[in-house]
Amino acid sequence: MRGRVNSFQSLGAVDGPGIRSVIFMQGCPLRCHYCHNPETWEMDHEGSWFSVEEMILKISRFKSYFKEGGGVTLSGGEPLLQWEFAAALFKELQKRGIHTALDTSGHGNLARAEEVLKNTNLVLCDLKFSKEEQYEEFCGGSLAKVKNFLALTEKMKVPLWIRHVVVPGLNDREEDIRAIVKIARSCSNLEKLELLPFHKMCLEKYEKLGLDFPLLHHPECSREKIRTLQKFCENNIDIPVSIR
Amino acid sequence: MKYDAWEGFAPGPWAEAINVRDFIQKNYTPYEGDDSFLQGPTKRTTDLMEKLEELLTLERKKGGVLEIDTNTVSSLTSYSPGYLDPEKEIIVGLQTDSPLKRGVHPFGGLQMSRQACEAYGFQLSRKVEDEFQYRTTHNDGVFRAYTEEMLAARKCGVITGLPDAYGRGRIIGDYRRISLYGVDFLIEEKRKDKKVLGSQAMDTETIRQTEELYQQIHFLEKLKEMAALYGLDISLPARNGKEAIQWLYFGYLGSIKEQNGAAMSLGRVSTFLDIYLERDIRNGILTEKEAQEMMDDFVMKLRMARHLRTPDYNQLFAGDPMWITEALAGMGEDGRTLVTKNTYRMLQTLYNLGPAPEPNLTVLWSEGLPVPFKRFAAKVSCDTAALQYQNDDVMRRDFGDDYAIACCVSAMRIGKDMQFFGARANLPKLLLMALNGGRDEFTGLQAAPEGSFYEGEYLDYEKVLEQLDFYRDWLARTYCNAMNIIHYMHDKYAYEKTQMALHDTRVHRFMAFGIAGLSVLADSLSAIRYAKVRPIRGNDGLIKDFEIQGEYPAFGNDDDRVDTIAREQTELFLKALKKNPTYRNAEHTLSILTITSNVVYGKKTGATPDGRKASEPFAPGANPMHGRERNGALASLNSVAKLSYDTCKDGISNTFTIIPEALGQEGPERHRNLVGVMDGYFRQKAHHLNVNVLKRETLVEAMEKPEKYPNLTIRVSGYAVHFHRLSRQQQQEVLSRTFHGAFL
Repeated sequence: MRGRVNSFQSLGAVDGPGIRSVIFMQGCPLRCHYCHNPETWEMDHEGSWFSVEEMILKISRFKSYFKEGGGVTLSGGEPLLQWEFAAALFKELQKRGIHTALDTSGHGNLARAEEVLKNTNLVLCDLKFSKEEQYEEFCGGSLAKVKNFLALTEKMKVPLWIRHVVVPGLNDREEDIRAIVKIARSCSNLEKLELLPFHKMCLEKYEKLGLDFPLLHHPECSREKIRTLQKFCENNIDIPVSIR
Repeated sequence: MKYDAWEGFAPGPWAEAINVRDFIQKNYTPYEGDDSFLQGPTKRTTDLMEKLEELLTLERKKGGVLEIDTNTVSSLTSYSPGYLDPEKEIIVGLQTDSPLKRGVHPFGGLQMSRQACEAYGFQLSRKVEDEFQYRTTHNDGVFRAYTEEMLAARKCGVITGLPDAYGRGRIIGDYRRISLYGVDFLIEEKRKDKKVLGSQAMDTETIRQTEELYQQIHFLEKLKEMAALYGLDISLPARNGKEAIQWLYFGYLGSIKEQNGAAMSLGRVSTFLDIYLERDIRNGILTEKEAQEMMDDFVMKLRMARHLRTPDYNQLFAGDPMWITEALAGMGEDGRTLVTKNTYRMLQTLYNLGPAPEPNLTVLWSEGLPVPFKRFAAKVSCDTAALQYQNDDVMRRDFGDDYAIACCVSAMRIGKDMQFFGARANLPKLLLMALNGGRDEFTGLQAAPEGSFYEGEYLDYEKVLEQLDFYRDWLARTYCNAMNIIHYMHDKYAYEKTQMALHDTRVHRFMAFGIAGLSVLADSLSAIRYAKVRPIRGNDGLIKDFEIQGEYPAFGNDDDRVDTIAREQTELFLKALKKNPTYRNAEHTLSILTITSNVVYGKKTGATPDGRKASEPFAPGANPMHGRERNGALASLNSVAKLSYDTCKDGISNTFTIIPEALGQEGPERHRNLVGVMDGYFRQKAHHLNVNVLKRETLVEAMEKPEKYPNLTIRVSGYAVHFHRLSRQQQQEVLSRTFHGAFL
């Protein structure tokens, strides 16, 4: 089993607990306007093929850093697109006692996602938008799919962190956040809510790829804003709310 | 008990003969708690620090040197006592008669003193010039004996930074002996040793040692006189914590008055001092607040230490460093931690006095350190970027549990080992010389034995290695011989009398060689092996550049194909060095450490087969070349961890810079993750890590507005500097380094 990998980062400390190896998979069905990894969109534009064995070998070199709750996060792109690789990799990792986290938008075939979730210790799911029209307009995807995926993680009792990228003017009003919190609260497997501020550090990547960045003139999300929203969430949900 | 001052201490062999380690082991109190007991600065401390800050600002405004006493040759008793504020100081003693005023040390070399004075608008006085007209300095001696070959190797830069014009440094006196035993007892012991030597056959070594003992005793007497100038009698052991700090500081002060060694390290004093402070607290004569205040005052003194250097020297060792290295924490051989409350107090000085590069605080990291301490150290790193870490689990095996760090990364048993320090060999340049038949690639100077130019369109790995083998042996021989001359002359003309008096008479000697540009060499050989490299020749036949076709695995990606090359090259170089006998049968050791000389070394080196352009800086120490690390921070650390400490016993320096966000979302999480990074790295038997947690933008702003960041401290290579003290070029080099970021 081989997977197309965009890049490998040996020190990830912001995608799941502890110190993590983060594997960015190639390919994504969505086109979020604020996406910061456009190089992962197309399945065949970048990246290189790795077998599960090769990837395990690479990861095992970092085991000595995983002691305090760290492990591996599969990100992307949308890792569920290469679900067979993801399922096989997670199975092998868990066999070796390595914590597995899936960083996903929830867009994937449910039966296939189930195969991956069987060996997943933690799901990081990015909610993006709380209204179907907005989801379609700004991401080219479907909120209903995400909700189905969340229900599956709940059914399978996989611990869940919900993440939400806050984009000023698009999804940062109190009512937007209230809606996000509502969805989050409906998941009994939820452990944490993370608010991520929108930023434009990815501009260089777009330029390199010759792509237009749809939110070029959009303001970044300020520190104050994200702190205010964190407080707001904390008052409305009784699990930890973190920000970046 | 022999002395009243020892009342309350547990007895042991230490009470009969000099044995500081035994004293510590019998008497210290390990501390496994957290930092909540720590105290902030007192008003006295803050007031005094304000006064010092004013002087530091003035020094900065004057171009880095406040004042020079050009009339007096620096020694233990040559200045009248100096004070920052005699009313307020708790620990006393300055190098000269006034704070931040620098003295001249012509014993290492007159020329250097002269140039250093001139560089700052002063002139070495007629008086000193006359005094030294009839004296041989270390520098004079060395140049009398250097061969043409050595001079050529030095000139073309294949060996740079030899301590042939100033004090060699890297010797750590066991300053604790003064506090524990008092100077009279130390003199008594040295007299006994001298007597024993006198009963032996008088061969060269015995005569030399006998004379050295005479000098040691003489300078111990002078040390007492120096203390007497400040109204203190250090002939007997210290009776309390304050005296323990003061006695020990006088030992250090005497040493830096006598010597201008490149690195004048402090040793490992914090846990030793804790025993005295604990006893005072137990006896109800000291509070925690007062204990912290004394440590703050002590550190303030250390921060005032200065040596006078030339601009040339500053290029190699930028930022006016003294390497007042203090080794902290670590574990004892019996499994108890050597962390005490005073380990915490020493770190706390970075908050109470503000961040600063000196003393060079070095945490001896071990898997077994108490978790609260690990987290506190990580917090201090995140807040100040002033700490470095070294692997205690690796060093303890070779050096026991009472070693310290000289300069940046060199371990030695305190009072038992010393080292003959000596610069570093430029291995990428050696590769170019091997390809150019022993000629300098810039000038064509035939510095090494004449050979033929490399022939053939592409570089062949095996053929290149063969040529490298030949020239490596030449370089090792030339380097070792030059070092022998340097240290013979240093012993003869600038012997470290005070510091060696604080060592056992029978001392173990290391000869510490070094490598610069390891990652450039490894990547160059990797390119030759895994890509196709075509040399481009100039009209004179010399190779000026290289064309690389295809990709090659680069050091810093945890890729064995190239990491083994790096490891192999260090082993081969040590092996080549060991073929050559050393002065006083010193043990050959090797370091991969550049300080800030990676810029100068790069400048003196032509384009290399890895794609580095002519004169571009090398990566510092054992660091991978920036921009070539494609798998993130830990892959980079893993590559460096593969270098063997057994081969590089003098240290493997790695400087790591990470932006705060990449360590996690908030304070405690970042601290935990930084602990995880270090645990993971050191578990792989890695040796050293400089940790900077900062943003590139901060440095960019500090470059433009230095006055806004007078105390911005960063770790460069085995030591820390005030960022504003670096040259523009060095600042740019720091900025070009890899800042490991958050990948969102």
